[in-house]
Amino acid sequence: MTDRKPLRVLILGATSAIAEATARLYAAEGASIALAARDGTRLAAIAADLTARGAGSVPILARDLAAMDGLEAAFDAIVAELGGIDHVLLFYGVLGEQKDAERDLAAARAILDVDFTSAALWSLAAAKRLEAQGSGALVVVGSVAGDRGRQSNYIYGAAKAGLATLVQGIAHRFALTGRKGLHAVVVKPGFVDTPMTDGLKKGGPLWASPDQVAAVIRKAAAGSGPIVYAPWFWRFILLIIRLVPAPIFHKTKL
Amino acid sequence: MAGFVATDRLQSWGRVTRPSQNVASPHFADELPSLVAGAGDTRLGVGLMRSYGDSNLNPDGSVIRMTGLDRIHHFDPASHVLRADAGLSLDSLIRTVLPHGLFPAVVPGTRFVTLGGAVGNDIHGKNHHRFGTFGNHVRRLSLMRSDGRRIELGPDDESGLFAATIGGLGLTGLIEWVEIALRAIPGAMIDAETIPFESLEEFFALADESITTHEHTVSWIDCTRIDGTKMRGLFMRGNCSADPDRPPHAARPRLGMPLELPRFALNPLTLSLFNEAYYRFGRLRAGRSKVHYAPFFFPLDGIMHWNRLYGRDGMFQYQCVVPPGASLDATAELLKIIAASGEGSFLAVLKTFGSNASPGLLSFPREGTTLALDFRNRGPQTLELLARLDAVVFEADGRLYPAKDGRMSARMFQSGYPRLEAFTAHVDPHFSSAFWRRVAP
Ligand SMILES: Cc1cc2nc3c(=O)[nH]c(=O)nc-3n(C[C@H](O)[C@H](O)[C@H](O)COP(=O)(O)OP(=O)(O)OC[C@H]3O[C@@H](n4cnc5c(N)ncnc54)[C@H](O)[C@@H]3O)c2cc1C
Ligand SMILES: NC(=O)c1ccc[n+]([C@@H]2O[C@H](COP(=O)([O-])OP(=O)(O)OC[C@H]3O[C@@H](n4cnc5c(N)ncnc54)[C@H](OP(=O)(O)O)[C@@H]3O)[C@@H](O)[C@H]2O)c1
Repeated sequence: MTDRKPLRVLILGATSAIAEATARLYAAEGASIALAARDGTRLAAIAADLTARGAGSVPILARDLAAMDGLEAAFDAIVAELGGIDHVLLFYGVLGEQKDAERDLAAARAILDVDFTSAALWSLAAAKRLEAQGSGALVVVGSVAGDRGRQSNYIYGAAKAGLATLVQGIAHRFALTGRKGLHAVVVKPGFVDTPMTDGLKKGGPLWASPDQVAAVIRKAAAGSGPIVYAPWFWRFILLIIRLVPAPIFHKTKL
Repeated sequence: MAGFVATDRLQSWGRVTRPSQNVASPHFADELPSLVAGAGDTRLGVGLMRSYGDSNLNPDGSVIRMTGLDRIHHFDPASHVLRADAGLSLDSLIRTVLPHGLFPAVVPGTRFVTLGGAVGNDIHGKNHHRFGTFGNHVRRLSLMRSDGRRIELGPDDESGLFAATIGGLGLTGLIEWVEIALRAIPGAMIDAETIPFESLEEFFALADESITTHEHTVSWIDCTRIDGTKMRGLFMRGNCSADPDRPPHAARPRLGMPLELPRFALNPLTLSLFNEAYYRFGRLRAGRSKVHYAPFFFPLDGIMHWNRLYGRDGMFQYQCVVPPGASLDATAELLKIIAASGEGSFLAVLKTFGSNASPGLLSFPREGTTLALDFRNRGPQTLELLARLDAVVFEADGRLYPAKDGRMSARMFQSGYPRLEAFTAHVDPHFSSAFWRRVAP
């Protein structure tokens, strides 16, 4: 334990399983944690738990995070309630139904609005604030699905790819300020056992628990390069997947 | 949204069967009503699947896996009261309450159990003679029934539903949350003492003498070398240390069993060698020492998935309790049969229970001596051996522990639990398990 002031953390998409596992790590450190997600009742249950586990204040923002009107004002308000900000973490996302989204452009747009457009705006709002104060961390959860377009989930993948590029750019922008305690990182998980993947067959060495991924995220928030895979071995799996020539790749059903 | 998904991946700790079940993994309380209510196939709430046999399985039925619901609702260090979702593990709970100088009053031999599982089996620990069972420390719980009712119950309940739910094997409905009373402890350390013994008589003398002086008692015996009542064992006893240091256990075990061992790895020779080594090592360390609670209470938790040691066919646990009058003779007889069989386990555990009564109608612990061991599943020959042990326990008026069982007969179960009839009246008509279908009256 150190005598440092407890951190002030904003969690966007706090009802996500990976987000909650990460929030518990902050709670054990005594951090104050603002929780933003759609369902107020669920947020209240998570807030009570984080409080019992040692968190300081736990303000709640019940809001559709994909709603972009008034986004920046909402960001400022929750940060004010928190009494300042050290880390902003963005977790929310939807996998969507790829097949439906190919036919129904409204469904495609919904995925892009949640996973890219609104997430990009929250990231930019956070970057503006963190850069102005000259310190803090922005951690955004992307996905290995963004590393190569695949027929099974390329709309989701494209949104995550765009988001990763955006965060990479913010990391570059932060680096040029020369401030040591200011950084941005995109964390790309592989398969994680959460409600998002409940439709898939789970188990085996490629699957990680939310706790495992949370540990990677917490470490990345403390300082790291702009792109982190969770767990680390996905970096190499994706390296290979990216290198497979299209004529071969296109014969697979990946 | 968490609906039911058909899968055969959910196994009990013994890994003998791999049934197909419809499994739901809810994460929020608002998802529960639609999972619990209604007709269709039968339901069963489960936790971390640390029960060995089939009491946590519902083949061809539905299972509600509660581990995603693991939030603390309220924790008041001053009054020692904690209320949390049934899926909260003792692993996580201990890490939260220990810094406040608090600890669960009763913990089993592994911290990877949920509150729901601890209630469902009314678990016991090394301090049974002082603190009774887990159910003795439950202040309130919420039970969801298939008829849509959500019932809050406590020890003051007169309907009998609370008593039926403590040790009720998940059959009275889904436990949504549990409120328990914690106990105060000075720190995380235990003043422990290990005493080698060489006969059952010596074991009982040590047990008697330690009841008033020590909170925790448990013994290990070498079940590969038994000669009448002569045997080698290590009697372990302990009290909370006054040392105020409170380091919690490590979040993740360092070791894991990545693979199943092949069949030939476990045989009478390796068993005998292991027991020999364990005894010699124990003798070397005999005497007093100050140890952390984790190795003292949860020695096997250092190795994740140690159950894979028993290979693809899995294992059976056997745990019985026999009343004080029959303790010496029946225990000697059981050990004789096990030694003669050449089967038998790495860790045979012997312990005496105190006379404290649990509220639970089907609670396993009763005054007497309990013996627990595991056997690799070798099919019919293992089942025959266990049936021979059953006969001794039956004669001695003892009973078997459902948490460890995947094969006892209905007769064996019914003879061991005299309050079964009162219990049966409280079973939810849409809840069931493989165990219950085998042993129900
Ligand atoms: C290494 C090891 C050591 C052990 N040592 C001990 C010991 O010293 N003392 C002891 O008493 N036991 C011991 N056990 C057994 C263990 O404590 C029990 O089997 C315990 O019930 C397991 O908890 P679980 O969360 O894994 O429950 P599960 O095995 O998943 O379920 C246990 C029972 O509780 C019911 N249940 C679980 N959750 C709910 C819920 N939310 N609502 C309704 N019903 C529910 C299930 O239906 C089932 O009948 C040990 C087990 C292991 C593996
Ligand atoms: N699980 C994996 O295998 C995996 C792999 C790679 C990347 N990821 C990424 O990891 C992140 C966390 O997901 P998870 O696995 O933890 O799954 P999860 O538990 O299902 O969490 C997804 C969360 O996003 C929230 N959300 C969706 N749309 C929202 C909106 N418009 N406004 C506010 N919140 C919204 C959901 O809240 P509601 O309940 O209100 O819908 C839910 O809490 C996601 O970005 C996901 O893409 C996951």
